[in-house]
Amino acid sequence: MIKIGVPSKGRLMEQTFTWFGARGLTMRRTGNEREYAGAIDGMDGVELVLLAASEVPRELEAGRIDLGVTGTDLVREELADWTSVVTEVALLGFGQADLILAVPSVWVDVDTLDDLDAAATAFRAAHGFRLRIATKYHRLVREFLTENGVADYQLVDSLGATEGAVKNLTAEAIADITSSGETLRANHLKILSDGVILRSEAVLWASRGALRSEENRAAMGRLAGLLGVRSPV
Amino acid sequence: MTPKATIRAEAQRLHAAFVAAGAVPVEADILLPAETLLDLYGEDIRARAYTTHDPLRGEMMLRPDFTVPVVQAHMAHGAEPARYCYLGEVFRQQDRASDRASEYLQVGFEVFDRSAPEAADAEVFALFQGMLADLALRPATGDIGILMAAVRGLDTTPRRRAALLHHIWRPRRFRALLDRFAGRAAVPAARVRLLERLAKGSPEALIAEAGTFVGLRSAEEISARAVALLEDAGEKPISAPEAAMLYDLLTLEAPAAAALAHLKGITPLLPAIALAVDRFAARLDALAARGVDVEALPFEASHGRTSLEYYDGFVFSFHAVDKGMPPVASGGRYDALTAVLGAGAFIPAVGGVIRPGLVARIRGLA
Repeated sequence: MIKIGVPSKGRLMEQTFTWFGARGLTMRRTGNEREYAGAIDGMDGVELVLLAASEVPRELEAGRIDLGVTGTDLVREELADWTSVVTEVALLGFGQADLILAVPSVWVDVDTLDDLDAAATAFRAAHGFRLRIATKYHRLVREFLTENGVADYQLVDSLGATEGAVKNLTAEAIADITSSGETLRANHLKILSDGVILRSEAVLWASRGALRSEENRAAMGRLAGLLGVRSPV
Repeated sequence: MTPKATIRAEAQRLHAAFVAAGAVPVEADILLPAETLLDLYGEDIRARAYTTHDPLRGEMMLRPDFTVPVVQAHMAHGAEPARYCYLGEVFRQQDRASDRASEYLQVGFEVFDRSAPEAADAEVFALFQGMLADLALRPATGDIGILMAAVRGLDTTPRRRAALLHHIWRPRRFRALLDRFAGRAAVPAARVRLLERLAKGSPEALIAEAGTFVGLRSAEEISARAVALLEDAGEKPISAPEAAMLYDLLTLEAPAAAALAHLKGITPLLPAIALAVDRFAARLDALAARGVDVEALPFEASHGRTSLEYYDGFVFSFHAVDKGMPPVASGGRYDALTAVLGAGAFIPAVGGVIRPGLVARIRGLA
């Protein structure tokens, strides 16, 4: 049995259902609204698992699902050395969102990472602590800033409403996912001109640890044929 | 896999050799306050050290190296001069799937001595080389002090010199800054637009135009940097000959004696490095006096310039033939670190660590 993990609600679920539906695999939720149960028609030997998009990377890593739909951002944030854990089966063409670095619009002296670095050094000297960047994407933001040689910052954890952190004086800058930028503008923030950390989109992933059995490899071959993608095994 | 008992026996043998060389054994905590390490290394340390939480003491890290606790202990209640040695586990997260260990033993030796820094550098290097002599390791050496002296002596603004010094351990940003200050890199389009905007109105007016003021960074701080940016844009680039010397220095790689001859040759053109070159010469004399072949000893002026380091003078490491293996031993001088951790106090310090697990592995292969 091949288990496919799919986001259990919202636009991401609907678009995923549409994508698979267009390729002859009908997915639907079963039971009542609160019960995360689903069914899949169009091919035998495939099971639908509904779960939060943020759980998909870990479930792929654990091999509890063989395939899964979630964003690039979550896979790269949640999985250390992600390329050894999962492979991309197909880019799904939706769920586009960028992980970006934003600072207050009134920082008229800051437009690039170079400026942010200089501002952070001066900020630390003036305030006695490292410039705070609120985010929930610690790994991605840290790797990006290390790669670009930005020093004198600290990451502070933000689980929701990250854009409000600057106004609430719990951070000086933020790194978050944005699809339109409207929320940023509403919170008086601007994106650094070289501050795109990652362009994320919805991807169908395969777990490298899964799909080992002969039966599953054969089923995956048939599924790949149906979906019009290259089989990961 | 080398058995742990074999590694520990190797560690004890190395530790005994440090004691025989006159070092006093010291112990260090495994749980260290995260704040000290974060202040020192910045957020990058989170990718390397294991972080844990204590209900009363807050965020703690599992010891990623011994230098910080040993320096702190010495600064708090050490007598001078002092030679210390230690043996214990360090813990390092590995972000890539590999056979690199995430916990391993380190055996180290540190010298705190004001009298003759070059003699102390040579003492540490020669001691390590002697202890590892049977392993056919390849030594590497460098001297970050020469590069720092060259930067301090640049004919440019204090702000530019400070920016370069601040990023001396981040080679990529250092290079980008140097390219910009030397006029070798075009000013990025975004910066050109920014400067045009800043030139049009006062910073205060621009801030007011930009909308609602949010955040802790004040309008004064923003204005001050805007003014600084405009001033910097009006500065002349670092002169071509001076910049050429610095690029030459960044890539200098030669046997130590030949490197010294080269550095003496460029000193008249870059007088600021004269003192650092004298120190380099004194160190080579001290090394030669201890039997190190300085005609063959490899030297790279940029050796040891990686993030999460703190060396500001002599640096060295010993490498196995197997290039995939981490350095078997490494160390260097970290005078500035003692000032940072010493709350005003300062003492010249040099030291290094050996990984007994790698020593035992190489012995096992032989």
